[in-house]
Amino acid sequence: MATELTHHTAAQLAEGLRAQQFSAVEVTRAHLNRIAEVDGDVHAYLHIAGNTALATARSVDAALAAGEQLPALAGVPIAVKDVMATQGVPTTCGSAILKGWVPPYDASVIRRIKDARMPILGKTNMDEFAMGSSTEHSAYGPTRNPWDLTRIPGGSGGGSAATLASFTAPLATGTDTGGSIRQPAAVTGTVGVKPTYGAVSRYGLVALASSLDQAGPCARTVLDAALLHEVMAGHDPMDSTSLTGQYPDVVAAARRGALGDLGGVTVGVVRELGGDGYQAGVRQRFDEAVDLLTAAGAKVVEVSCPSFTAALGAYYLILPSEASSNLAKFDAMRYGIRVYPKGVDDPTAEQVMAATREVGFGAEVKRRIILGTYALSSGYYDAYYGSAQKVRTLIQRDFAAAFEVADVLISPTSPTTAFPLGDKLDDPLSMYLQDVATIPANLAGVPGMSLPAGLAEEDGLPVGLQILAPARCDDRLYLVGAAVEAALTSRWGGALLDRAPSLDREAV
Amino acid sequence: MGASGTGETVLAYDEAMAAYDPVMGLEVHVELNTATKMFCGCPTTFGAEPNSQVCPVCLGLPGALPVLNAKGLEGAVRIGLALNCTIASWCRFARKNYFYPDMPKNFQTSQYDEPIAFDGHLDVELDDGTTFRVEIERAHMEEDTGKSSHVGGATGRIHGAEYSLVDYNRAGIPLIEIVTKPLVGAGDRAPEVARAYVSALRDLLRALGVSDVKMEQGSLRCDANVSLRKRVSDDATSSEQKAVPFGIRSETKNVNSLRSIERAVRYEITRQAARLAAGRRVVQETRHWHEDTGVTTAGREKSDAEDYRYFPEPDLVPIAPEAAWVEQLRTTLPEPPAQRRRRLQTEWGFGDLEMRDVVNAGATEAIEATVVAGASPATARKWWMGELARQANTRGLELSALAITPAQVAELQALVDAGTLNDALARQVVEGVLAGEGGPAEVVAARGLELVSDDGPLIDAVEAAIAAHADVADKVRGGKVAAVGALVGAVMKQMRGKADAARVRELLMERLTP
Ligand SMILES: [Zn+2]
Repeated sequence: MATELTHHTAAQLAEGLRAQQFSAVEVTRAHLNRIAEVDGDVHAYLHIAGNTALATARSVDAALAAGEQLPALAGVPIAVKDVMATQGVPTTCGSAILKGWVPPYDASVIRRIKDARMPILGKTNMDEFAMGSSTEHSAYGPTRNPWDLTRIPGGSGGGSAATLASFTAPLATGTDTGGSIRQPAAVTGTVGVKPTYGAVSRYGLVALASSLDQAGPCARTVLDAALLHEVMAGHDPMDSTSLTGQYPDVVAAARRGALGDLGGVTVGVVRELGGDGYQAGVRQRFDEAVDLLTAAGAKVVEVSCPSFTAALGAYYLILPSEASSNLAKFDAMRYGIRVYPKGVDDPTAEQVMAATREVGFGAEVKRRIILGTYALSSGYYDAYYGSAQKVRTLIQRDFAAAFEVADVLISPTSPTTAFPLGDKLDDPLSMYLQDVATIPANLAGVPGMSLPAGLAEEDGLPVGLQILAPARCDDRLYLVGAAVEAALTSRWGGALLDRAPSLDREAV
Repeated sequence: MGASGTGETVLAYDEAMAAYDPVMGLEVHVELNTATKMFCGCPTTFGAEPNSQVCPVCLGLPGALPVLNAKGLEGAVRIGLALNCTIASWCRFARKNYFYPDMPKNFQTSQYDEPIAFDGHLDVELDDGTTFRVEIERAHMEEDTGKSSHVGGATGRIHGAEYSLVDYNRAGIPLIEIVTKPLVGAGDRAPEVARAYVSALRDLLRALGVSDVKMEQGSLRCDANVSLRKRVSDDATSSEQKAVPFGIRSETKNVNSLRSIERAVRYEITRQAARLAAGRRVVQETRHWHEDTGVTTAGREKSDAEDYRYFPEPDLVPIAPEAAWVEQLRTTLPEPPAQRRRRLQTEWGFGDLEMRDVVNAGATEAIEATVVAGASPATARKWWMGELARQANTRGLELSALAITPAQVAELQALVDAGTLNDALARQVVEGVLAGEGGPAEVVAARGLELVSDDGPLIDAVEAAIAAHADVADKVRGGKVAAVGALVGAVMKQMRGKADAARVRELLMERLTP
């Protein structure tokens, strides 16, 4: 019974709960049991909130028994990335500097999840302050890829992706600054969506790079992602950059896409996001997806976005610049850990700040703070931050031109499949290259999705297909994504994750 | 708080002026009187329990985001318009990055190269009635920091303190920083110009209703940049003098009264002059003003290269005030203070000196309101510049803080005009009102201060006085009319002051002269 419930999709759980085939408490308990069983190996969670999750589940069961009308995902459990301020629950961002911090308030997206009556199972592991592509930069140890426990689950949202791939949560939240939702989805065989910038409130998300950060849904199916997307997105007066006006109906788009007809849709293959530097098995699965889109009735064209080749460079100036300022608040004065300098009798506030930041931040965070501080310094601003902003404008123009000829763009999500833990830790540049295909969407603020495209022949590990759409046209991701998913699952005779190794103790 | 500094050697002011020409730059920070903070919904009440007016946003908790207070923007635009500035059609906030414990985010949300208002001026009237035009460089929006108190140690400053306490109630209060262009051509009147500018700015901001402008509470704070250059011409406004490059400047922080601004600028001129005259350099630095000793002392050394790593604030959207809205705000501007002063002076028939005293005493608004409430300008001036000024002075209060309203003053004067009170009784009524005993009519009734207007008791007293002082009465009868004063005094004493002295005199004279 437990296994069955944890292997349901969110849509199936929602339906079963509404039909009272099982209770929300049973569903939550099944997931808590599964966590106890497999998360010791996977380490997707930093904190389990079992009691509050069960309390929410009980209230949903009571409401269902009383015949109340509830939100679509009421009673469906969720795991939350540890970057989201959650009242009364430790929120560390994977950093030692926030060890023990319990926020006195909820992020707006957490408020929405609570309003949707979804039991929050716990907080998921991540690269420290969302800086990384492997979740190895967590101060609390890495998360392991459920497909191969010796490999990385992607990052920064490796914890969230791994909960889905290890069936310890049917849904999870992520944040995507340069690929932190999509790349983990790609390497774990799951679905992840970065919505249009401003679609999901950033209020209460511990900021990495304010102009790039965007929260979104992580799920095992396109429809599940759409259901969660609908919960998370919406205007928030607490976030000045939050979008106003009409939001597209992503759930309807996912249901329509699942019918498999892409007639009238033009798909652009981005020439600059593929070819050299992409693993052979990744390229092969991508080419198959292109054929499949054609078969579904889509018109496939090639588009060129020449400025994308400068995206990585621009990104690694803008992100550290904003991050260096956003992370300045971690100074031991009001929250988080406080470290007194050794050998100083009567330390000043500045010395305490410095000692705390020295101990509290990991190497990657320090590296980016130093980069950003340098890039913003007077005399360098124009050459670095200023030029990067110009590249950003060029990338936006490339997208605009491409969307003149194509409704959506596609590429591989990540150049490689999951690499072994420790492989790139000493080589930050090759780590940064993991996000080469996902970064342009963040720089332009457009939405992107990654969904499973199959397994690479050479290593049997998941490959992701990325779909990009114009700003505010998130529904197109779901339409095309659901069509691809339907065609692939029918070809595979089931979901890709069905082929993932069982993590059950007795099976090891 | 704060130990007094020891002054450096200074040059006599006249000597300093003979050799050098001062150039000033004034930066004024004004706290807006919005009900809530600049980027969150916390109240802005002054003097609340420390850290009782805070939230995730103004505490800089991880994840919190700012949202611009529309009233703060409106105040900034109105100030810009009142200072004859151009209002930006598009501008952004910027982050000013530096670490300090009273800055919750370790950056201040401010504006950098895109201020909301720029290129304006304010015409300032000097003591002799001439006008000096102060050019305004910019007015920009920002948030205030928290307030640190350094406990223990000798100086009350962070260095050497045993520990520090931070109150974040002030963090996020809307501030407008108004920066002048370098003020040249003021010559030896530079200190006076500085004081007159801040005074005029304060009047303007008060008239706009955008700030409490209470320097003693820090809702208006002034930093004065002063530098000296060689004097090459007797005329500070001459083109040769203007062509001389500026000297190195000092920045005197947080000078918190009009008088101190004048003194601090004057002190800096004489201090820098002494250094230059001795062949030493002026150090570019922040200096602290000491009210008690009247000197400035060195603070942080400051270089132009101090790097705040400004960049556009990505958490706030750009501001693009619509032209129609700006024009609508322009219609809400009050009459410019200088123009208003001239109008009132004419309407009231005051002399130049009288009017200047009124303005310097900050009594203009009170007199205007008293006149509106029915008193004559002359009597309104007499009260506010006389008895009430004295009362305010002994209580150490500003006139506006006295517990008597202009309407009550007008009511009081009406009682005098009606013969119900004489001046001495009226002063007793003022005492009563200030003591919280109620309005003038209530105090008159409660204290029984009404003049005796019935002649019966007066005649009794008059006749008693003539009988008791027969010698004086005889002198009056003999033609020494001035002697009647002693009899009036005796009657008034008998009546315990509650008589109209003029009527008493009349009754006496009826009886003592043919
Ligand atoms: Zn607040």
